[in-house]
Amino acid sequence: MAITKEQLESVEERVQNIVSVYEAKEDCLLQILHDVQADNNSLSEAELIQVARAMDIPLSRVYGVATFYSMYSVRPRGKYVIRICESAPCHITGAQAVIRAFEQSLGIKMGETTEDRKFTLEYTSCLGVCGVAPAVMINEQVYGNLTPAKVQEVLATYNED
Amino acid sequence: MEFFRSHVLVCSGVNCSFKGSRSVRNALVEEIEKQGLGQEIKVVETGCFGLCEEGPVIVVYPEAVHYCRVSPGDVGEIVEEHLRKGRIVNRLLYRGEAFPKAVQTWEQIDFYSRQKRVVLRNCGLIDPDNIDEYIARDGYEALGRVLRHLEPGEVIGLIKESGLRGRGGAGFPAGLKWDFTASAPGDQKYLICNADEGEPGTFKDRLILEGDPHSVIEGMTIAAYAIGASKGYIYFRGEYNLSIDRLTQALKQAREYGLLGENIFGTGFGFDIEIKVGAGAYVCGEETALINSIEGKRGEPRYKPPYPASAGLWGKPTCVNNVETLANVPPIILNGAEWFRSIGTEKCPGTKVFTLTGNITNAGLIEVPMGITLREVIYDIGGGIPNGRKFKMAQTGGTSGGCLPGALLDVPMDIDSLAAAGSALGSGALMIMDDSHCIIDVVKCFLQFFRHESCGQCTPCREGTWRLYELVDKISRLEATMEDVELLRRLSRTMEDASLCALGQTAPFPVLTTMRFFPEEYEAHIKKGVCPAGICSAVSQTA
Ligand SMILES: Cc1cc2nc3c(=O)[nH]c(=O)nc-3n(C[C@H](O)[C@H](O)[C@H](O)COP(=O)(O)O)c2cc1C
Ligand code: SF4
Ligand code: FES
Ligand code: FES
Repeated sequence: MAITKEQLESVEERVQNIVSVYEAKEDCLLQILHDVQADNNSLSEAELIQVARAMDIPLSRVYGVATFYSMYSVRPRGKYVIRICESAPCHITGAQAVIRAFEQSLGIKMGETTEDRKFTLEYTSCLGVCGVAPAVMINEQVYGNLTPAKVQEVLATYNED
Repeated sequence: MEFFRSHVLVCSGVNCSFKGSRSVRNALVEEIEKQGLGQEIKVVETGCFGLCEEGPVIVVYPEAVHYCRVSPGDVGEIVEEHLRKGRIVNRLLYRGEAFPKAVQTWEQIDFYSRQKRVVLRNCGLIDPDNIDEYIARDGYEALGRVLRHLEPGEVIGLIKESGLRGRGGAGFPAGLKWDFTASAPGDQKYLICNADEGEPGTFKDRLILEGDPHSVIEGMTIAAYAIGASKGYIYFRGEYNLSIDRLTQALKQAREYGLLGENIFGTGFGFDIEIKVGAGAYVCGEETALINSIEGKRGEPRYKPPYPASAGLWGKPTCVNNVETLANVPPIILNGAEWFRSIGTEKCPGTKVFTLTGNITNAGLIEVPMGITLREVIYDIGGGIPNGRKFKMAQTGGTSGGCLPGALLDVPMDIDSLAAAGSALGSGALMIMDDSHCIIDVVKCFLQFFRHESCGQCTPCREGTWRLYELVDKISRLEATMEDVELLRRLSRTMEDASLCALGQTAPFPVLTTMRFFPEEYEAHIKKGVCPAGICSAVSQTA
């Protein structure tokens, strides 16, 4: 994929600012990527290149980290990323029904993004809130004790804006 | 000091938070002000009480009345009836299935009365955002004693004597690990607190850190003094923003009080703690992967040896301990090794914090002496299996732990007994499954986890986790033969022997234990072509 000069320039300042908060320290790469990603839930190629430049490290190193951890995405995602826990404690308390409810309401399959780029559905491993299983995380917010009916309620709150 | 005739403790633990405890708290404060009781009654936000299933939980002192499932709509009645007129609101009291009568005070509820709280001694009782409340309950006294009166070697000796073993999964003696790090050559040493907590079904570390952050900070500082580290890290998983906020606040307060930073207690000893945050990778809980992640790299495990105690973070001697291990340290210093040994079993002294999940009445957080039986935990504390179903299987130690049948309900819950029974204590995750579920289906779910979380660095695990999944998927589609079972067994052995880290080595564990304890389920799917629970069918349901 060719990357244009405009794309690179459009993210340059923002990335440089984030990197300078962490004084370009290499051990802060994970935190830097978290911050860069905060804007639109994914890391673009231009952003990764600018992170590598600003930190003066090889692009392969940045890309390697960005693709290792599941919270980062190098593919575009929706405004709201819905991460549905599929680990065993959620599985045996009804995660499958929750998954189907999300898929049906949004008209997409797991792993996909709605056409309006609003929602992305993803699987995740245990979120550490199994006390309220089955659970999902929508961006930073956790929802627990879900049932198909509650899924509708939760989605309704996001459809207001 | 201000005097309040009543305190209302509102759980702000993560589980209650997601059930709306914040709005309950706000409603309480508002109603109390409105009724002009602001001078008499104080609302305090605390950490998890443990009975998360019944959340949001609030406790009213001095009577210690425990209310469950409180919503903002109940607040008016609580303030009017209980706080104003002293009449208990019966309809909000705890009534588990096992209890004919509603129970009023939290100490009376079986769920709490059978526990032994060492690590959770302050959880639910203090405001975690206020260091003074921790100090009022002997907080930082152990650190003061250590820095003023004990040599590092004496601290290590004490921890060795106590028999404290690691609570992160492997159960390695803490004192010995400290000793290795202390005696490794090198000027710069590091202490790392492992708060990655990725094991499915485990959420104890976050509740300890959110409910009583200073107990972990104090434990870390004592450990750092013992091993000679001037710098420490707490590594959180990326999803734990609430824990991170609480800890950031606690670190700030500890620094302001001179309990962290340079010249602690005026003794010349200096130590500070930095927070590091992961980004979603179970394998980062493995100590060498975690070290790579702190260095800002891909979280791939390193070859061992060298062990972190000799060459860890940036090649320097490093001690990695779990949150719960460290939270045990201050009480051991204060009460002595002998006291600690009087709790639990001979080889596993102390308590263990467990998280109860799955088909159990009281899902939540408990702390019990090591060696308590599985049956006591499930039935006496956990309140048994809900919805009139029967017990089928308990998985101890999380997804890499073993699956135990009803015949083994009397196994003592400690590291050695569970290992002998073919399972593991692990992180303290305890998942209960009722008879509506299928063993094959849940094993497939475990394997899905491993194939997703394998870091891909070594072949037996990268390929093996996928093949294991495919074989079990074939069984669940009712298409497998007994040869596939043999293949499963052989593949499992290879992975146990040849994988680089414990992720690949333990991934086959749930397969092997279910083949051993639930052979009839495998046979039904393979020989008879039926799923006894009626879950698996020829069409695969999961992706
Ligand atoms: C795949 C894998 C995941 C692990 N996850 C954790 C974890 O989340 N928390 C933890 O404390 N230990 C975890 N461990 C164990 C650590 O490697 C290490 O033994 C532990 O942090 C040492 O602390 P302790 O001696 O106080 O238990 C994990 C191990 C493996 C192999
Ligand atoms: S066993 Fe699995 S997780 Fe561990 S290093 Fe090998 S591939 Fe990675
Ligand atoms: S298993 Fe789903 S949150 Fe832990
Ligand atoms: S989070 Fe409130 S009781 Fe556990």
